[in-house]
Amino acid sequence: MSSGMLNSSPHGHQRVVVSQLMQQVLLACVPGLTALVFFFGWGTLINLLWLIPLALLLEAAALRMRRRPVRIHLQDYSAVITATLLALALPPTLPWWLSLLGIAVAIIVAKHLSGGLGNNPFNPAMTGYAVLLVAFPDYMTRWLLPAEINHNLPSLIDSLQFFAGREPDAGIDAFTGATLLDSFRQQQGAQLFSEFWDTSLLAGQWSGEGWEWVNAGFLMGGLFLLYKRIISWHIPVSVLATLALLALIFHDGGSSQSQGSPLLHLFAGGTMLGAFFIATDPVTAATAKRGQLVYGTLIGTIIFALRTWSSYPDGVAFAVLCGNFAAPLIDAFTKPRPFGHTS
Amino acid sequence: MTVTEQRRVWPLPGGIYLEPHKAQSLDSAIGKPPLPQQLVLCVTQPDSANAILDVQAGDYVLKGQLLAHGMDDTGINIHASTSGTVLAIRPHVLPNTSGFEELCVILQPDGEERWTRMPPIPDFTQCSREIIYARIQQAGIRGLGGAAFPSHAKLAPGSRIHTLVLNACECEPFISCDEALLKQYAADVVTGVQILLQASHAVRCLIGIEDNKPAAINTLRAVLTDPRIELVVIPAQYPSGAERQLIYTLTGITIATETLPVEKGFLCHNPATALAVMRAVVFGEAMVSRVTTVTGAALATSGNFEVLLGTPINELLLLCGIDTTQLSRLISGGPLMGTQIANLEAPVMATTNCVLATTAAELPAALPEQACIRCGFCVAACPVLLQPQVLYWHTRQQALAAATAHHLHDCIECGACAYVCPSHIPLVQYFRAAKAAIHIEQAHVAVANTSRERFEFHQARGHEEKLRQEQRRAERAALSQQTHEQVPDANGAQATIAAALARVKAKKIEQSVTANTNKQNNGDTGP
Ligand code: SF4
Ligand code: SF4
Repeated sequence: MSSGMLNSSPHGHQRVVVSQLMQQVLLACVPGLTALVFFFGWGTLINLLWLIPLALLLEAAALRMRRRPVRIHLQDYSAVITATLLALALPPTLPWWLSLLGIAVAIIVAKHLSGGLGNNPFNPAMTGYAVLLVAFPDYMTRWLLPAEINHNLPSLIDSLQFFAGREPDAGIDAFTGATLLDSFRQQQGAQLFSEFWDTSLLAGQWSGEGWEWVNAGFLMGGLFLLYKRIISWHIPVSVLATLALLALIFHDGGSSQSQGSPLLHLFAGGTMLGAFFIATDPVTAATAKRGQLVYGTLIGTIIFALRTWSSYPDGVAFAVLCGNFAAPLIDAFTKPRPFGHTS
Repeated sequence: MTVTEQRRVWPLPGGIYLEPHKAQSLDSAIGKPPLPQQLVLCVTQPDSANAILDVQAGDYVLKGQLLAHGMDDTGINIHASTSGTVLAIRPHVLPNTSGFEELCVILQPDGEERWTRMPPIPDFTQCSREIIYARIQQAGIRGLGGAAFPSHAKLAPGSRIHTLVLNACECEPFISCDEALLKQYAADVVTGVQILLQASHAVRCLIGIEDNKPAAINTLRAVLTDPRIELVVIPAQYPSGAERQLIYTLTGITIATETLPVEKGFLCHNPATALAVMRAVVFGEAMVSRVTTVTGAALATSGNFEVLLGTPINELLLLCGIDTTQLSRLISGGPLMGTQIANLEAPVMATTNCVLATTAAELPAALPEQACIRCGFCVAACPVLLQPQVLYWHTRQQALAAATAHHLHDCIECGACAYVCPSHIPLVQYFRAAKAAIHIEQAHVAVANTSRERFEFHQARGHEEKLRQEQRRAERAALSQQTHEQVPDANGAQATIAAALARVKAKKIEQSVTANTNKQNNGDTGP
């Protein structure tokens, strides 16, 4: 018997490791990523391949500066997840230095300067995204029109040139100045939406719009995470239900003042990515099940409010950050009652 | 019982599903190891007071003869587990991790196994509650489920029991002693249950057993005819066998940590204890043995054995063909809540339900601890509905008050949270350490409080004394002034007296203020 190895119970352990969990999260991102690449060109993939090594490098540097063991902490994959989520959220036409700035803010400021993994109050990827959105709104709101409408989807070369800093307007004619929701607001009730949103889902014109597929992809990944019990249903369901309910209340059947149908809100912009992959970040979310319902409801409400009444095109990032901000308070009020306690 | 429909059960909140690992020790009937060279019987009493010895070194004793007993009613009688000679009475190692020694009687068997029994009571139905209580106490019966709590204490006259819960869950992996015992002695266990029903005046008995023990369930079903006894099959889910958790599963009633199940009318016993009760009452046999599972990959064979209490664990390991080169950890109990045994010389005790000799492949060493990612797996696993990750946060920061506010003391140390944690944080270790720290702190506070009170008392008495002296001085001065009116320096003397009186007054005020503050602070009555 090897001495000096006296342990206290439990002596057994489920052989699940953090890195396995994170690998499954990455796997769950694949359908959404595929849809993004299919409808919006190579940009997202380039962002991803650029940001992951950068994130690992920054993480290692930060760990070394904080005098933490580098290797074991790199194995937790958290930096890779942050890089992936940021890459999925960023517009596919961003120049390299902007995404570099974003990931630096995410890893250095939002994560390590806030105490490192497990202690950071704000979701790193969303902090990075929000800083870029506030500082460089023009870059950050440039989304391409999806492939179905845009017959000049940027080639790999184009995407690489954008990445290198080429101004996108030059050669691509169907470049929009906005995300879907943004253009929706600008042309409220205009043809684009009566054509593609109010009828498409029920009339079987699903594939008409890239965003539907992107969101369907992330929904699929999210269901996979639920099935694997990596996330619980409480946050995504409360986010989506709140968003749909508010959209239903404010929806007036598609008039020129309409704020968009529930289906539009559920399948547009970053809804599914936010609900399943970002709001569920356990480090920054509420802890108790009841608290998670409150947290999800809050995020759903803010997404709707920002989309409807603010000047930002998509509210997911800010909504999640607001949720993060409220999470400690929510936790304090929703502490579960232990077994045997009556009050 | 012919009723086939099952009563409602309340599944545990949380809990985890584990591989049972029990089949290998259930292959054969309960074995009987040969008499060991010597037996080591710990005589320490439950409240860690020393026992009163009834024998001394050199005495010849019979199997079942009293070796030691407690100071009073709460004590445990310890009996010789075979006939032979008392070699020595000295501290000896026990199956624990610390290697801490306790006072033990070392017995050399003579190989005769000559019994001394109490008068058998074949028809216990004629017995009063008091007689059964006395018999259980005499026989030295303690809970064989793991805690070795004196069984008679739960039956103390005056307790109002309505339900007897027979805990046959055995939810920890590897342990199969109760299952083996039920398969072999189901009828005797049921008799034991009937005796306990009679002794406690309980109206019913619920037998809780996990659904992964079909053989034991069927044997029990076959012998259950008493309408007061109901077999309830519950889902196999760790820790279904924790006392309060089982009561909840069977009845939906939750019992707080600070309340004893007995106070709520629940008497919990284990099948092995029921069997010991039956043997004590019907045959007059003291508790001298228990069924222990000996298992693990470091052994050539696994099995259940009816082991004399005090048998060195070493002997059991040799009997099962231990491969010491493979042995990585020796555990008393199961992998989730068991204690690692530091010394192979330690004897089997009433608490030793399982001796688990594992290899590094079977129970790999813990992986390095990583940061908590707040994934909440531990929350989902906790059967007490705690938030282990929050407790971890506070206990790691030594924020003991915050940990207490998050109900640290409700943690039953089941280990479910640590088992599922993907960051391999030894959560239970943190919780145990914090509980110990709080315990020590409270002890310090208690000591500090008493000494502060004493100090204040002395101080107050000192004040009082000075006050009295001063008063006397002032009185004397006043007296001398009256008698020596013609003293030339009268003015000066008067001034001194006035000053002394003023001082006394001031002191008095100060004193009452202090006394009042003391009263407010401590609620005590001051000097
Ligand atoms: S299971 Fe481990 S990593 Fe997950 S929240 Fe609990 S303590 Fe943290
Ligand atoms: S050890 Fe304590 S905190 Fe962990 S699961 Fe068991 S009761 Fe809950």
